[in-house]
Amino acid sequence: MPEPLRKPDHENGGASVTPLLRTHGLTFAVRGRRLVDGVDLAIDGRRRTVLMGANGAGKSLLLRLLHGLLQPSSGEIFWKDRPLDAAARRAQTMVFQRPVLLRRSVRANLRFVLSVRGVANGERSRREDEALERAGLKDLARHPARLLSGGEQQRLAIARALACDPDMLFLDEPTASLDPASTHAIERQIREAHDRGIAILLVTHDAGQARRLGEHAIFMAGGRIVETGSAGDLLDRPRSAAARAWRDGRLHFPGNHDEAETSGARP
Amino acid sequence: MQGFGAILGEAVGLILAGDPDLAEIILLSLQVTLSAVVLACVIGLPLGAVAGAFRFPGRSIFIIFLNALMGLPPVVVGLFVYLMLSASGPLGALELLYTPGAMIVAQTILVAPIVAALTRQVVEDLHSEYAEQFASLGIGPVDRVAALLWDARYSLLTVALAGFGRAVAEVGAVIIVGGNINHATRVMTTAIALETSKGNLQLALALGVVLLAIAFVINATVFALRASAARSAFA
Repeated sequence: MPEPLRKPDHENGGASVTPLLRTHGLTFAVRGRRLVDGVDLAIDGRRRTVLMGANGAGKSLLLRLLHGLLQPSSGEIFWKDRPLDAAARRAQTMVFQRPVLLRRSVRANLRFVLSVRGVANGERSRREDEALERAGLKDLARHPARLLSGGEQQRLAIARALACDPDMLFLDEPTASLDPASTHAIERQIREAHDRGIAILLVTHDAGQARRLGEHAIFMAGGRIVETGSAGDLLDRPRSAAARAWRDGRLHFPGNHDEAETSGARP
Repeated sequence: MQGFGAILGEAVGLILAGDPDLAEIILLSLQVTLSAVVLACVIGLPLGAVAGAFRFPGRSIFIIFLNALMGLPPVVVGLFVYLMLSASGPLGALELLYTPGAMIVAQTILVAPIVAALTRQVVEDLHSEYAEQFASLGIGPVDRVAALLWDARYSLLTVALAGFGRAVAEVGAVIIVGGNINHATRVMTTAIALETSKGNLQLALALGVVLLAIAFVINATVFALRASAARSAFA
């Protein structure tokens, strides 16, 4: 097993922190094509982390690999310094770009997940109420979930994920097709979850959202991590050509020798 | 020979008069058919859901087998059940032959593959939508099947309806294992065949009218339920 990665001292004030989630040489290939290519990553969980990159960079695939929804072709994933297993996966939940809600009421969507997770009856009702309250959906508890607006559906999806009481929440572009008000409500939900101690890893295409939510940023291109740092630095002073092109709204084509610019960018 | 209009008039008269023979046949038909459909659903729904939601070795062959069984010839099923339940057959001790019980068994064998095959398709479509979310939430196989069946409940009503249609219209199997015995195993379809052969067209047509009316009422009920569910986004 490789040595546990440590956060660079300049990022954590000199204190060594064992990462919550860590990968070593993580690779996912389809028919020989490496869609995620040798990713070494360490997420401490204290800082909200945003994962950025152009379409096809491998962000959503990486999220699915980290959550155990896909099996890597090679490489390792460690959760609290132990290989990712079923118990570790129960400590994580994921919210997808398009919320997948059951054909039931808002409350029944929450009740289902609490029930299959073995939460006792009385406790279940309390947690349903709490989740509805936090998501601002209390008045819609009996409403069919699939008749909610897009923003409300995503708030319910996040509330359902948080009702599982996870240690880490993965979010795959949760506000991709939402208006500013809905986006604001969801960002508040994410901040509140993080304030309660839940680690956040958010994939976003929205530079503004990355600035608002990201305390730590990772930039991917061509299945690799090409740059990491604070969200502000990464957006204001990108070191890699891919990140610069993405920030400036230009297409970036491989062969720009990002490696030379980003050597040492891996965490 | 009377014209069709006159025969139809007499048939309607029989229905309106509440003819006891007619009522007995209708009630037995409904009892046999509904029992068979319920049993077929108990077998076919979970079987179809498992085939729709999980990948396992031999799944493709299993699905082809299920689909092929949808076209089971009723007389072959009747013959098979007859051999099983006859006095010299392996289940002869049950003494079910020429009873409504034998008819229920035969119809269940005919309807269960239809319910399972159609359920597999419905559940597979729904599961393709839910699979990643279920995996993320760590939903186990039993909860997964139960959730898929519950969320597909309105589509599965149509599946059950297809099974009902097959059962209520079936004549070949029930006549072999039931024997079309008056006041014992005579159902609408076997009675229609018998009364037509005897020239008692009024009773045959009255039964036909009732059969059509039952099919219409059940279809209309399911349609209304589905429409209401669609409005609530539950379907």
